[in-house]
Amino acid sequence: MEFDSEMLQQLGLKALFALLMVSAVMTMAGYSVLAERKVSAWMQGRVGPNRTVLPFVEHIPFIGPFLKGLGIFQPLADGLKFLFKEEIVPGHVNKVYYYMAPLVALVPALTTMTVLPFGEYFDEAGNSSPLILANLEVGILFIFAVSSLGVYGIVLAGWSSNSKYPFLGGIRSSAQMISYELAMGLSLLPIFLWVSVPGSEDSALSLVGIVNSQNDGAWLLIVQPVSALIFLVALFAETNRLPFDMPESETDLVGGFHTEYGSFKFGIFFVAEYAHIVVGSAIFTTIFLGGWHFLPWIADPWPATWIGTLLGIGWFLAKTVCLIFFFIWIRWTIPRFRYDQVMNLGWTKLLPLALVNLIVYVLLVTWLDQPPSVTP
Amino acid sequence: MISKGKTDQVTINLDGQDVEVPAGMNLVDAVALHGKEIPHYCYHPQLSVAGNCRMCLIEMGTPMRDRGTGEAILEEDGSPKIGWVPKPVIGCGTNVSPGMHVKTESEMVTGCREGIMEFLLVNHPLDCPICDQAGECRLQEFATDYGRGYSRYKERKNVKPKRTRLGPRVTLDDERCILCSRCIRFSQEVAKDDVLGFVDRGSFSTLTCFPGKELANNYSLNTVDICPVGALTSTDFRFKMRVWFLKETLSICPESSAGCNTLVSSREGEIHRIAPRRNDAVNDSWMTDSGRALYKQVKSDDRLKTPLVDREESTMEDALHSTVNALQGKSVGVVGSCNSTVEEQYLLNRLAKEAKAKKYLRGHFGEDDGILLSADRTPNLRGALITGLASSYPTEHLSSLAQALKKDRLETLIVVGEDLIDSKVDAELLSGVQIIYLGTHENATSNLARVVIPTLTSFEKSGSFVNRGFFLQGFQQAVPGPAGLLPDVSVLARLINELTGEGESSSDIDSIWKDMARSSTSPLKGLSFSDCKKDGIQLDGSKWADLAFVEKKALHYQPNAKPKDG
Amino acid sequence: MAKTVVLERKPLSLSERTYLPQIVTGLKTTFSNMFKEKVTLQYPEEKPQLPQNYRGVPTLVKDPNGREKCVSCQLCEFVCPPKAIRITPGSVPEDEEDREHVEKAPQEFEINMLRCIYCGYCQEVCPEEAIFLLDEYSSSGYTREEMINNKAKLYELGGTLPDKHYKWDKKKDAEEEGNAH
Repeated sequence: MEFDSEMLQQLGLKALFALLMVSAVMTMAGYSVLAERKVSAWMQGRVGPNRTVLPFVEHIPFIGPFLKGLGIFQPLADGLKFLFKEEIVPGHVNKVYYYMAPLVALVPALTTMTVLPFGEYFDEAGNSSPLILANLEVGILFIFAVSSLGVYGIVLAGWSSNSKYPFLGGIRSSAQMISYELAMGLSLLPIFLWVSVPGSEDSALSLVGIVNSQNDGAWLLIVQPVSALIFLVALFAETNRLPFDMPESETDLVGGFHTEYGSFKFGIFFVAEYAHIVVGSAIFTTIFLGGWHFLPWIADPWPATWIGTLLGIGWFLAKTVCLIFFFIWIRWTIPRFRYDQVMNLGWTKLLPLALVNLIVYVLLVTWLDQPPSVTP
Repeated sequence: MISKGKTDQVTINLDGQDVEVPAGMNLVDAVALHGKEIPHYCYHPQLSVAGNCRMCLIEMGTPMRDRGTGEAILEEDGSPKIGWVPKPVIGCGTNVSPGMHVKTESEMVTGCREGIMEFLLVNHPLDCPICDQAGECRLQEFATDYGRGYSRYKERKNVKPKRTRLGPRVTLDDERCILCSRCIRFSQEVAKDDVLGFVDRGSFSTLTCFPGKELANNYSLNTVDICPVGALTSTDFRFKMRVWFLKETLSICPESSAGCNTLVSSREGEIHRIAPRRNDAVNDSWMTDSGRALYKQVKSDDRLKTPLVDREESTMEDALHSTVNALQGKSVGVVGSCNSTVEEQYLLNRLAKEAKAKKYLRGHFGEDDGILLSADRTPNLRGALITGLASSYPTEHLSSLAQALKKDRLETLIVVGEDLIDSKVDAELLSGVQIIYLGTHENATSNLARVVIPTLTSFEKSGSFVNRGFFLQGFQQAVPGPAGLLPDVSVLARLINELTGEGESSSDIDSIWKDMARSSTSPLKGLSFSDCKKDGIQLDGSKWADLAFVEKKALHYQPNAKPKDG
Repeated sequence: MAKTVVLERKPLSLSERTYLPQIVTGLKTTFSNMFKEKVTLQYPEEKPQLPQNYRGVPTLVKDPNGREKCVSCQLCEFVCPPKAIRITPGSVPEDEEDREHVEKAPQEFEINMLRCIYCGYCQEVCPEEAIFLLDEYSSSGYTREEMINNKAKLYELGGTLPDKHYKWDKKKDAEEEGNAH
């Protein structure tokens, strides 16, 4: 293949899109932190961060104080703080892996979104093509493959810190990931069975296909509630969110895997955690909540132009944000599980449930797919 | 003091119980022997009875006798009938008699005490927050026992002068005075300096000095001690420190050979006052004003605080090392001190023996006041005799040392606390001599010394003195010494050990006493340090009876008196 | 003795064993909490309403005539559990007309706020009602020395409080009324 100008243009466009997406996800991660602090504060009868403000914004009447009260500029201050804090590296760590760990944690979270469709684009003829960085046929497999790499960051951090609490955090994390990955994978199989039409050209493992199958019909959340539940629980476990934040659990492991981390390295872990949440929410939205499509059984009300594209993206983001809020909401409602309870839930509850769910849908789909031939 | 078990005991009935008390004793003391207290202000066991405070009122009765026959009248049950005195009597003015019945806790007695307290407090100011006596005030104590808790006195209280100067060391607060007259009797009877008296009448009665006189004698501060309230205050101690902060240490006054028993009161390593401690065989309850001021030398400016070698500041190790070098193989002289403790003199004597040194001892002498300031102004001259540091009576001037120096016989001199220049040894004679000075304060000799090893004052170490009556009296360390300094006994023990090359000499006081008590000829035979810590021990001084001791007859002291049996 | 009642724990129903209804209830609770009134006090701008018996920083007070009340009796120094108080007693000069009857006053009065535990014993024990734990609660400094309040600072913090007794004035009045000897 030779490089021509069109290809170069394509590459440049993709790079631009990638940059845009990264910055969008990072911004959302940053503001998820703020949301976490604000929502937790509200739920506990407090007001949350409301002091940070940019000097000139402060003097704008009404808007200034309002933004200040919302703490809009807090992520900025947090980020600056992480950047300018003194860099401390304990003497007993394995330096190479110690530095590598935060990156290993962040990169998979950002990589998964390359295959994430977040909207559709209409050309002049009205044909739609999905907005996606790389429209893989096996998108969901790619997501599974890459997002599991995230655990390496945590395991590496725990091991290279050369200290007992991080080590315990790392061990727990890997065990937890393995346990819930299974249930997560199994929970999605019925989806593919359901979505794939026999003889269809579209691959059922394509996320775009899954999204489009929900257009003007039932969301998969309604069709496959058990799968959605298992996937959601496993998603919490995979993103290390309460009630599954075993690797970090402050009460018994000090800071868990990042005990020995400070300043910007800790900041990267922090952002990675929230990037996982953002991407996880987006995936859940894509698979179960109809992606950028409007409500179940209602056709998209927006025109098939660039306005529709923007509204679709906005709708997609709105669903994602609601899910992020749900993540936060759960965190401040449910207490942390004990470690054995986490394992118990994963292996003896979710895994069998996912299997039963799969079998039921296999039978159901087989029965439904029978050609309406000979009736006795 | 009259001890129990003597034949002249009588039996009295104290609050329903028959108890044995010495005949002729007054009731306040007799009752105290049996653990009961009759509150009193004006009575003092070592002063005459005045009976003017009325606080010691008790109920008393004696067995009734038939006037005609003189036979005892009996109750129906056969016990003797008691003729109770219808009114309360004062305990201090009543002596015990056989069969006497005493009630110290009856309703009437309590009523009397409450009434007396109320009267005493009518004009007594509410000065406790600013009163130096607070915390050790008899009026405060009995007010909590018998006080009303509130005042029925609606009129204005008397106002009297608050800061009258009675003498150079005593300030009088007239308002607080309860007119017990203890101070007056003390001045008359003990200090023999009759300067105090009451003037005016009734509630205007005031304590003053006689016109043209002042309370300036050397025992004036004892009036402050015996004042039951805060009326007489020590000008030196006034407003300096509240008494409840003070830690009290049993000590012995190093002022003269009288060896007054004292209590050294200190807080956080700083001495605030010295007060006498009652010892009826030595100093009763008194001591001199000059002895009380001695604590000031602890913090004085000329105090030696760091070891000096060749007039340069040095370490203790270097100083000791230089000392040993100066002693080894040299002809040595040792000038001991009568201010040293028995233990130090004993070790110095051993050091002199090891260094084959010639021993000299210097005495300090002054006027004898016939009470508690003896002519011998050192606390432990007799200790030097007992430990063998001196065989003859020490003199003010060290002429024999001067002669020895003239003949150029001495290369090294160990001087303990004494000033050679002051004792008629010319500085020129000392020029070729290496002087090792062990002492607390700077003087002309320490300025000439090659090695100066600072030592501790008697407030900063434990030890014992032998007083003019051959009483061996131990004292305790009251405050810590300056940082880095060693007690004298440690310095001496180290020198002995380095000189002999053996590590056998210990600086522990108890083991020094073990050594001292081993000698069968010493009066210290069989004694230990803990024996002499509380009360003094009478030693046998007959060996030195023919020495010309300079002390005159004084309180509890007879010159050349044969020692009584301990 | 109270009778012990043994409660039988009922077996969980199926829906209870999934925990989902309980989680939903919890979610409802936390969600409704979001809209309740906030209890946060915006501290430096809003100050808390201190109760009457609040024990803040110990201070020395003056009487309405501007005279120092402390007579350096050192009872507070004695009673202070962490030994935070250190007083150097001094006397009032005889020619000072206002306070000649008091005689005694602190030369220096130091409270080490790094040691103080705000127990209020010093206020309770003071026979002259000169030491008060007022409502000052924020004290800070850059050095240990700064945290030791000296006499001037203590009087600055304490200011003047009303006096019910004027104890020493009564003495002066008595003298002026002719009870003097």
